[in-house]
This record gives sequence, structure tokens and C-alpha cells, in this order.
Amino acid sequence: MSKKDFKKSAAYMESVPKMKKIMRNYYLKAKYARYLGRKVAWITSGGPVEPLIAMGIIPVYPENHGAMIGVSRTGVKLCEVAEGMGYSTDLCSYARADIGCSAAGGGPIGGLPKPDMLICCNNICGTVLKWYEIQARKFRVPLFIFDTPFVHTEFTKEAKTYVDRQVEDYIRFLETVMKKKFPRDKMNVVGKRSVEAMRLWQQVLDTATAKPAPLTAFDAFFHLALIVTLRGTRTVLRYYRFLLDELNRRVENGIGMVKTEQYRFLWDNLPIWHRMRWLSRTFAARNAALVADTYTSAWCGTVDHIDENDFLGSMGEAYTRIYLNIGVDKMAEKVLNMIDKYEVDGLVMHSNRSCKPYSFGQYDIRRIVQEKRGLPVLILESDMVDARKFSEAQAETRIDAFMEMVGQK
Amino acid sequence: MNSTEIIEKFRTAARDPFHCVRSLKKEKHCPVVGYTCTYFPEEIVLAAEAHPLRLFGESGMVLKADAHIQAYGCSLARSVFEDALSGQLDFLDVMAFPHSCDTMQRLSDIWRLNIKNTVHLDLLFPVHLKSEAAGDYLKAVLERFKKELEQALQTEISGSALSGAISLTNRIRSALHSLYRIRAAAPERISGSDLNRVVRGCMILDRSTAADLLETLADELGSVNFPAGKQPVKRLLLSGGACLHPDIHDIIEQQGGAVVWDDLCTGNRYFDTPVPDGPSPVSAIAERFLDRAVCPAKHSGIDRRGKELSELVSKYEINGVIFLLLKFCDPHGFDYPDLKATLEEAGVPSLFLEVESGKPVDGPTRTRVETFLQILNQQEPMT
Repeated sequence: MSKKDFKKSAAYMESVPKMKKIMRNYYLKAKYARYLGRKVAWITSGGPVEPLIAMGIIPVYPENHGAMIGVSRTGVKLCEVAEGMGYSTDLCSYARADIGCSAAGGGPIGGLPKPDMLICCNNICGTVLKWYEIQARKFRVPLFIFDTPFVHTEFTKEAKTYVDRQVEDYIRFLETVMKKKFPRDKMNVVGKRSVEAMRLWQQVLDTATAKPAPLTAFDAFFHLALIVTLRGTRTVLRYYRFLLDELNRRVENGIGMVKTEQYRFLWDNLPIWHRMRWLSRTFAARNAALVADTYTSAWCGTVDHIDENDFLGSMGEAYTRIYLNIGVDKMAEKVLNMIDKYEVDGLVMHSNRSCKPYSFGQYDIRRIVQEKRGLPVLILESDMVDARKFSEAQAETRIDAFMEMVGQK
Repeated sequence: MNSTEIIEKFRTAARDPFHCVRSLKKEKHCPVVGYTCTYFPEEIVLAAEAHPLRLFGESGMVLKADAHIQAYGCSLARSVFEDALSGQLDFLDVMAFPHSCDTMQRLSDIWRLNIKNTVHLDLLFPVHLKSEAAGDYLKAVLERFKKELEQALQTEISGSALSGAISLTNRIRSALHSLYRIRAAAPERISGSDLNRVVRGCMILDRSTAADLLETLADELGSVNFPAGKQPVKRLLLSGGACLHPDIHDIIEQQGGAVVWDDLCTGNRYFDTPVPDGPSPVSAIAERFLDRAVCPAKHSGIDRRGKELSELVSKYEINGVIFLLLKFCDPHGFDYPDLKATLEEAGVPSLFLEVESGKPVDGPTRTRVETFLQILNQQEPMT
């Protein structure tokens, strides 16, 4: 399809080039932070970024970089560098790719700018703790750990006290590293913007309740980058308002991302970044749209726990209660809610060898979904970045068998 | 009882822990509390007049657990869960999961959803051990566990019972430490495989019995006169998680080596650092957790594990280190390359082995150990 034809097609969205431009500028700014007199913090994807924004620190996300490595299919090469250093192939491929990239350079943007500090929040996994320890030893920069106790069944009183105290420790850490006072007034503004961004992001995802869905999970994986990296900034608000307008227009005009949308599915776990296009086409060719996912909604799932007038006072709890930091039964409840909300015909689960906290428990969630909703469930075993752990032929066979089951419903 | 008879008791316990604990439960009518990690306050369980049992996974073949945990879960978690699903753990009254790694964290959820005949408790330990907030939080977590256990077992845990339990576990730690020192000084006095079984046995047997046996064993082995001028031996250190492969020691010893110290959950990390004296027993237990040899799933500074390993290597005059990791163990897997580099800087050779619980050491692993020892033996003998 020519560029001109693509612009006229249903798949084209004006927001996409806008987003690419924002991300390009963001990475340029991060790469040249030193020349701009700015400090760079590496932070985990589920980490509390807002205090960094308030402090004028540029946040950089090795996991977002990992996703870019996956999409650009440079993951295997970088993982192999880490494996040569002694890191097992069974370890998280984001971590392996980042460690490999830090050691040998390469990747789609020639590596990340060196950090001045590291901010690690273990609400997404224990892997990030080890990963950030490794990078702290390599770069010899201060490391702050925001430790969020797991919420198996309840968020305990002592856990609340613990995370609240760490918010204050975090502020003190930033003041020490930056040698300046933390701007609490600015924090209030950033906090409000962050909450608004989360609400907007939820509205963006909610547009997929329309039939046909104006965007699929594959689009959400792309548009997600801003809510992860820059929430708390005006840029994010402007962009998501623009995106939301465009999506609402598509809904009004009945434009679906999958033109022939007949089946609607829910995706679970991180994307298989190196096979995004292939998966998108494979499902679309079978008249199926992955209309929602459990991954991108994680960045707005706890907005109700945040008091926008007391962001610092409430963020500890909100960051502790995120999707990956709760029990399997609570996750299953959220999956069931999404199944109902987006009126899906099946669940597609990515059993991701790189993400154990996301993947272990999926078999029980599958059972719960089958028992409570009677929906077919497909499990695709792969890895988010390491393409060696994916077989197109095997996946296609499984998808065909799954579509047959869906068709019989 | 002589040392051979004592060692046989530990061998029996390690060979069939469930039979051992079933008999104990029948005899003493005490509730049994299962757990999965060395960051577990055995003292609180003992003070409740219950029996703590560390689970290592006895099922060699994983069948039922396959329906719940993917094959890329570590064999320890899968095997422990197989034990539960196949009814082998039906004697447990309480199952407690101290927070350790991502896999165990999810196993706790999966267990709670599928195993209904036990009281299920989570100990949401902090991961960060080096902040004041974490220390206070850890104490609160232990207090909560105490209350929940009291409720589950319908009992009250007194301060004096806790102090008594602390004395008992400290006796075990001290005696194990003595045994390790004996082994470090004269490896021929107790084989590595037996010492491994002794440590594991301490997590299985009645703790008073274990303490008495250990003290007698340490006295006996410490007093034996061995002929001077023994052959030099290559002194090794074993590093990793839980070592469920006593046979690795036999391979090493056949090649003229001996593991004289370790950095394992079934070793040094279990007995390192006694619970200190203090006005509050719970606070004292917490203090020990903050100070003891650290597990890679916890954070206690970015260099601490490397420093601890280097200190052990130097203190026990180690010639080589064998990293014995369970396949799919992320915390240890991430630490390995930097630990290896630290050893290389100090000129200490190391070997990396990946094993699975419930499966014997395979042929290629045996060959690698033998080759490693042969290379070490070609180096200058120890003086």
C-alpha cells in the first residue's frame, strides 16, 4: 500500500505521527540532557515518576527502551551480549537487552543516556530490583528502592504506613541527589496533571467498547508510551486529548481498526513486541480484533486510590495496588470485568517466559474465566523481546484452533 | 548415641521428611506449619507449641502442578506444589509464605486458590532491608504473623515462650556453626552430603531433639583425634539457593575436593547470626533478619553479597567456588555474573551449575565438576 493510500485507509490515525514526534523529541532531550543542564533518572515502568517531573529530572525507562528493542527486532543480538556476560537465557529479556545494550551499545536509538540516579519500584516484579542493582554497580550512581509490599488479599495498615514513609524517603533522596529543595507546590500541579492523564488514558481505552472498536490493543501498546514515560506533564494531556478526539470521531463514523470485526478478544500480559504486526494481521485476517488488554490499563487502574489534592499522601497506596502487585484472584476479577465491559468473545493470554509475576497464575485465571463466563481461552507461549522463543507456525496453528472454538460458540 | 547413629537420624529425616513429621505430629499432637524460605520466624511457631517444617519439594515428577504453573517455573516451587496437590501435605495445619521471589509470591496465590484444607498465611516481608521504615515494617509484619497464628491455632503466644524458642533456635544455629567450623578445619570428619542432610534435618525434626543431637554430634566430632599430616584437599565453597543435591558432595570428594563452607539457604543462610538479646523478642527476631547473610531476593546494599562471598572465600581459604543454582531461579541468576567477576578479580576460579530439584545430578554436570576439580588439582597444592 502506498503512503497516500495508507493515509486514506481505516488503519491510519493522525495521532500516530504526532506521537512519534513527541517520543523522538523526548529521547533527544534525554540523550542531550547533560548539555541542557538536566539530570537523568532511570525508572521502572510502574515507578512513581511524578516527583521526578516536579523536580525537573528527565525520566528514562529501560523497559520502554526494551519495548523499542523488541519492536526493532534487535533484542536477540542484545540478549546474546548479556548471555555472553553470564546472564541466563531464562532471565527477563528486557533486563538482558538493557544490560547487553549498556555493555555494548546498539539498539534502535544507540543506547540510553547514562543515568544520574536509579529509581526502582518493585510493584511490577522482583526482577527490577536485581536489574537496577546491576546497573547501580555498573554506573555507580545512587539507587532508590520504593518497596511496595504485595497485596495478596488485603492492603494492610502497616503496609500503608511503610509506603507512606517511603514517599518521604523518596523526596529526601531527590533533595540530596539534586542538592535542592523539593518543590511541593509544583508537585501539586504535576499530581493533578498525572491524575487527569490517567483519566484521559482510561477514556482512550474505553472507546474500544464501541463496535467496531476504533483502536485495538496493538494500537494501545503504541499509544501507551506517553502515560508510562511522561505522565504529569502538559504534553501528555495535550496528546491524549487529541487522540481521544480522533477516536471519538472514528466511533461516530463507525470506523473500526479491523474493518471486518466479527470477533472481539481480550489480551493478557505484555505484548510480543517482535511480532506485533504479524499478530495484528493474523487476527485481523480472521476477522478478529483484540479490543482490550490487561497491560495498558494498568497505568490507570488505580486512579481511584489517588487523591488529586494530596498526590504525595495517596500515591504510596496507588502504586502498591497496581495490577501486577495483587493476588491472582483479584486479577481474575479484573479480567472478568474487562470481558463484560468490552463484550469480548474470548481471551488470548501471552504466557511470557520473561515475566513470571504476570504469567504464573494465568492457568488459574483461564479456569476462572472458563467457569464464570464460558469463554474460550488461547494461551500463546512466547517472550516479549526474545524472538528465539516464538514460533509463527506453532502460534498460527493454535490461533486457528482457537478461532474454530470461537466460531462454534 | 554415637555420631554415626546421630547422622543416620538426620539422613532418615532428609530422606522422608513427611513420614518424619507425620510421626512427630501423632506422637506430640502438635499442629504443623509449613513454610518455604529461610526468612521465616520459626521461633514464633515454636512458641505457639507448633512444629515448623521447611518444604523442599519431594515430588520428583511434576504432573498435577503442570496445570497451574508453567514449565518455566523453578522446580522447587513446582515440586512443592505437586506435593500439596497430590495430598502428601495433608498433615499441614497452616501453610505460611514469607515473601521471597516472584515465583513464590505467585505460588502463594495459586496455593490459596487450590489447597483448601490448611490455614493460609502470607508474611509480606520488606524486600529492602536497609531503611528505618523497612525495619519498623518488618517488626509489624512479624507481630501480624504472631496474631494470625494465635488465631489459627487458637492459642496465645507468651513473651517467655518466645524467649524460650529464641534460645532453642539459637542453640541450633550455634551447633550448626560449630559443625561447619569442624568441617572447615577437618573436612574428613563429616562428609559434605551428610552435613547437607544435617542442616535440612534441622528444618524437619523436632527442634529440641535436633538441638540435642547437634550438640552431641559437634562435641563428638570436635573431640576426635585424627592423625596429623592428612592429604591436602581442594577447599570449595558452594553458593546458591537451596541445595537438594547431597550427591554433588560425593562427586567433589571423589575428586579430592571438599566443600568447606557455603552460601546456601540449606546452610550458612539458615544458621548465620543468632537472634540478639533484646527487651522485645519480636524485635530481636526482626533484627536478625535485617543482619543475617542476605538472600539475593532481598536488598541490603548493592555490594553486600559480593562482599560476603569474598569474606567467606578469604576466611575459609577457598580454592574454588561452585555456583549451584536451580534452573529458572531469577534472583540468583541475576547475581551470578557480578559475583563471578568479583571472584575472578580475587583470582578464585568458579564453576556454574544449573540443577533441578527432584532430579539427580546428571552425567554432563558430573563431568563438569570432575573437570573443575582436576583443573584445581593441577594448581599448586595448599600448604
